[in-house]
Amino acid sequence: MINAIKDGLIITKRQLLQLSRVPEVLIFSTIQPVMFVLLFRYVFGGAINTPGSDYIQFLMPGIFVQTVAFTLATTSVGLAMDMTKGLIDRFRSLPIARSAVVLGRTLGDATLNIVVLLVMALTGFIVGWRPSGGVVSITAGFMFLMLFGYAMSWIGVLIGISVRDARTANNLVFLIVFPMTFLSNAFAPTTAMPRVLQYFAEWNPVSTMVAACRELFGLENQFGVTAGSFPSENPILMSLIYIIVLMVVLIPVSTAKYKRTSSR
Amino acid sequence: MVKREAFNGESVACLSAGWLNAPSLEFGHPKLHELGPSDLTARSILLIAPCGAWSRLTAQKNKDIMKTAVSAYDLVKTYPKGKDRALDGLSLEVAEGTVLGVLGPNGAGKTTCVRVLSTLLKPDSGTATVAGIDVIKHPDQVRKIIGLSGQYAAVDESLTGWDNLVMFGRLYHLSQSAAKQRATELLEQFHLTESAKRAITTYSGGMRRRLDLAAALIVRPKVLFLDEPTTGLDPRGRLDMWEVIKDLVAGGATLLLTTQYLEEADQLADRIAVIDHGKVIANGTADELKTQVGGEKLEVTVAANQTAATKAALELVAGHTANVDEQFNRVSVAVTGGSSALTEAVRALDSRSINIIDLALKRPSLDDVFLALTGHIAEEEPVIEEKRRKR
Repeated sequence: MINAIKDGLIITKRQLLQLSRVPEVLIFSTIQPVMFVLLFRYVFGGAINTPGSDYIQFLMPGIFVQTVAFTLATTSVGLAMDMTKGLIDRFRSLPIARSAVVLGRTLGDATLNIVVLLVMALTGFIVGWRPSGGVVSITAGFMFLMLFGYAMSWIGVLIGISVRDARTANNLVFLIVFPMTFLSNAFAPTTAMPRVLQYFAEWNPVSTMVAACRELFGLENQFGVTAGSFPSENPILMSLIYIIVLMVVLIPVSTAKYKRTSSR
Repeated sequence: MVKREAFNGESVACLSAGWLNAPSLEFGHPKLHELGPSDLTARSILLIAPCGAWSRLTAQKNKDIMKTAVSAYDLVKTYPKGKDRALDGLSLEVAEGTVLGVLGPNGAGKTTCVRVLSTLLKPDSGTATVAGIDVIKHPDQVRKIIGLSGQYAAVDESLTGWDNLVMFGRLYHLSQSAAKQRATELLEQFHLTESAKRAITTYSGGMRRRLDLAAALIVRPKVLFLDEPTTGLDPRGRLDMWEVIKDLVAGGATLLLTTQYLEEADQLADRIAVIDHGKVIANGTADELKTQVGGEKLEVTVAANQTAATKAALELVAGHTANVDEQFNRVSVAVTGGSSALTEAVRALDSRSINIIDLALKRPSLDDVFLALTGHIAEEEPVIEEKRRKR
């Protein structure tokens, strides 16, 4: 186990080295969320009514969650690329724990998330985001985002080793993550949605995560028909349950599948 | 002197080095087999033993010299999607310090064979060992002592050559400084020092392969597997790669190399295993294989109206069917006995007043071997060939 982590960290280091050798990757994975912050703030911000706060306070937790949810894409595409290029064969012929490669990959993507979240928070601050939950709460919020991103990363592992190539992984991930982030409370209050969607949005892990972050960043959550339900009342607990279930199920399943899969 | 007859019936074994006329040869030296009776003196023979005892004695004494580095026995692997068996009872052996060329067309099972031996793939049945370690039971131990270089350069393209080698060194559990030192050495050895700090994306195909091979050599593996090391390289790249491999071989590496190029197997390998449809259909040295296919071939070119008579004459000499190539009016037949067969053939043709335009005694090329063994030519994929014919 300790060896797996040690070897995993070498793989993580490789990813960070990649970022320094090909800085475009880091630039683009940061520009996109920053662009989202600015677009929503200035294009939709005026049209979306968020009672109790101005839109940027409402928006930032939503965009944070959306961004870390897309770790799913980073992990699955990165892994699928290694699989097609035969690099995985080399890793598998080395005397290292087989879990080291996927472990290292997920840790590397988590590290990338730290950078992206920092840049986003800074951008948010510049355009008026002022979290008011206190230092401990705010830090907890970011830790929570990192944890959620890490759990999503393991879905990415499963997709990355299951699909044929990186493009398929990319397409599939967008089909999953886009509806998930938009059928939620991330960008607009759910109160205006049809009732059925409100129920869906209520249980959507993205929504519970966004609600949890809003709470930790000192913002009061607004619920429509779902007010008083378990996820609405306990967004932090509910999110934690989702994260734990995802990791408990996916880490062993994805690792086992990786061990059985060969390159393509 | 010992009488020659004594050696023809039963081989001998000896227990004393003083037995030999050639004092530089130690007991158990492999050259011992090759010594003729004239090298031996009756005076110093201490023991004459039957063949079995001889080989037991030498086998024990030669253990360090001719250890089996790789062995595979009756490997079977069926892919879930394909109907064919990728491996269908494949068995082979590589002696330590030698090069085995696994030769076969596309889809013959070469890559699957390498993947099984290098622990990447579990066979459905059969056994395999590398340096005496069971590949299926102890893959982790096998991974510590092998190097693998595949058909595609398995390196991280966005990193530099240097980054890659240091990373792989670290994954082989070398210390940071040892990994760096080894990377420097390998880049030097493979003439990549100048491009060490450039991303792999800027490398040529040949450079990528060389780097991939360097990565496989980080821990000085006991056994090296090279899966089609020159496929897809231009002629220049291929020659460079051959030089690199020859250097490795000269350094005493044990190598299993797959190839679909007969010339490559001939150039690089001590022994060749020809595989087709997942099993070994022939193996031996290049010379042995050529002999196995029928030894020499007599080719006679005559005038067009005399091919039939020539065919009959040559069949009489050789004792079996001769082939006629109508396009070149060339009649060929497999013969044994070399020059005596040649003389006989000339006499036979002469007595029938057949005018010989050209006459040659040829040893078969590996291409002939392959054609004879598999019924198809090595470098062409049978599927493509069929499609072409349909058009």
